[in-house]
Amino acid sequence: MNGSTLDKDERIELLRQMVRIRRFEERCVQLYSAGSIRGFLHLYIGEEAVAAGVLSAIGPEDAVVSTYREHGHALARGLSMSALLAEMYGRATGCSHGHGGSMHLFDAGRRFYGGNAIVGGGLPIAVGLALADAMQERPVVTVCLFGDGAVAEGEFHECLNLAALWRLPVLFACENNRYAMGTALAREHAATDLALRAASYGMPAWPVDGMDALAVADGARRAVESIRAGGGPCFLELQTYRFRAHSMYDADRYRDKAEIARWQERDPIPKLFAQLHASGELAEDALVSLQAAADSELDVAIAAAEAAPFEPVGDLTRYVYTERS
Amino acid sequence: MTTYRDAMREALREALIRDDRVFLMGEDVGAYGGCFGVSRGLLDEFGPRRIRDTPLSESAFVGAGIGAALGGMRPIVEIMTINFSLLALDQILNNAATLRHMSGGQLSVPLVIRMATGPGRQLAAQHSHSLEAFYAHIPGLRVLSAATVEDARGMLWPALQDPDPVLIFEPAALYNAESELPRDLGATDIDSAKICRAGADVTLVAYGGALRLAQAAAEALVTDGIDAEVIDLRTLRPLDEKTLLESVTRTHRLVVVDEGWRSVGIAAEIAARAAEYGYYELDGPIQRVCAVEVPIPYAKHLEEAALPQVADIVAAGRRAVS
Ligand SMILES: Cc1ncc(C[n+]2csc(CCOP(=O)(O)OP(=O)(O)O)c2C)c(N)n1
Repeated sequence: MNGSTLDKDERIELLRQMVRIRRFEERCVQLYSAGSIRGFLHLYIGEEAVAAGVLSAIGPEDAVVSTYREHGHALARGLSMSALLAEMYGRATGCSHGHGGSMHLFDAGRRFYGGNAIVGGGLPIAVGLALADAMQERPVVTVCLFGDGAVAEGEFHECLNLAALWRLPVLFACENNRYAMGTALAREHAATDLALRAASYGMPAWPVDGMDALAVADGARRAVESIRAGGGPCFLELQTYRFRAHSMYDADRYRDKAEIARWQERDPIPKLFAQLHASGELAEDALVSLQAAADSELDVAIAAAEAAPFEPVGDLTRYVYTERS
Repeated sequence: MTTYRDAMREALREALIRDDRVFLMGEDVGAYGGCFGVSRGLLDEFGPRRIRDTPLSESAFVGAGIGAALGGMRPIVEIMTINFSLLALDQILNNAATLRHMSGGQLSVPLVIRMATGPGRQLAAQHSHSLEAFYAHIPGLRVLSAATVEDARGMLWPALQDPDPVLIFEPAALYNAESELPRDLGATDIDSAKICRAGADVTLVAYGGALRLAQAAAEALVTDGIDAEVIDLRTLRPLDEKTLLESVTRTHRLVVVDEGWRSVGIAAEIAARAAEYGYYELDGPIQRVCAVEVPIPYAKHLEEAALPQVADIVAAGRRAVS
């Protein structure tokens, strides 16, 4: 299909992940409005193809460094809805014991290194993880996800230079959703071709249609293969769009409705479903069943989060320093 | 005799030999031999994999140290001087110090960051500041200041054994300081302040480059018949309050010496702790001898005027006991 290298099961899995992420976040909006979860809530709706596609290209031994808009990354990495929701409810069973919240999801066992709310702050960590893997001769890759806004930070230059200089196994996955909060791409960058800029550091870099999960998965596989073969870092510019505001506090006054509608026509979920249906790989009602499955997963997770204990206040200062026996 | 520089180099060598997860990275640590000559020869001995020259990218290579620590290595990151560490402050504060907490205890960052600090060489404002207080402010970090050749030799290994991020400050003015090191010098106790000179009449507390000034002042005070106790704080975070308060309980007088600024600084913290917990032991006002509140100037006479001098400490010691 479309020259994709993915087999049927892999294509359906991409769709399933995207549906899970979409339903999860739609429910988060309700929970937020109901006051059940608080703090900043950055939704990923519209960008699901990026998380599902990029993370489908790596294995459990690889590392992932994420941002504050990371529900999709965390779910696609295999964190459970319960671990995420309990975290957002501030419960002891949350993946960060209620110390992190929506912006700081971690899972050391899955090599999921957060959850960073400093724009650009994850890039050096990704370079360091890759350095550690390279020095220990582990044949693994670190995926570093960040937005177009981060490209304007000094750390972007520092880290691409360093990773290319040392030929480190990092996949720089730039989610170019065309806005840094309310600032449009052309108002934040003198040169808006982000892949071209990355290429100037001497690494393979190319744009990918971030609204097409198959294209993302194929692009990420190609990049990961090149990195595993010792080719040094790669850069993917995933051209995507967020359908919702930057966060729940954002009135979204900087984009016109027509622009949003144009991008919504390219919604990655119906797009992939239509392809799979047209090729006879999925039946008419398959999308509905995937949604129902995600919803029941969510119901269980919400019930568990609501029933879970709060992290005791007595543990307030735990996890500042490592406990010594 | 061993210089402070040689002692630190020996400590690095020892660490590199003892644990192959240890590596050193920073600007000019390799081919150049370290801008203060600390790592001279290490590149030849250990090779470029473990003695890594980095580009001028403080944020990237400090953050890479954090990532490498997360990935199972034991990095030692050298920042040329504390003045440039501010370009990496985001990584140190927002990542190294917080990842453990934000992850609910899942991650720890066993990273050592070394940097030169302090004034005294007429290098003007952007190369002379003592900003240790910035770091001592941050929960999640352990902050050490090596004031002696012994500690330059003995502090690194226990710092590397610490599962959390440790910062070691090396006063640049001390690199040529010399001392006879005992053959059997063990690891520094990085949990405790050190009583460098026992005394009965007044406690002089200092750290880093100010310690030798406090020691010289203590010797000078002898001619006034004042017997000063001198304490090297050594660990700026967490503070060894116990040693401080026990000393004040013996001497009932306190002088704090700090090459950092007075406002909101380490001396302020020491004074506050003594007042909070040792108030009834004090027989007089606490004295502070700190840098004047100006960026450190270039001209020698101005630099001296801006910084604590032995005579200032002697005068403070006299005031304290009067
Ligand atoms: C260093 C820093 N500066 C500013 C902010 C505030 N801020 C949060 S998200 C954001 C926009 C980032 O845009 P981008 O990197 O494109 O990511 P996106 O939100 O589009 O996914 C800004 C300015 C921050 N969190 N960190």
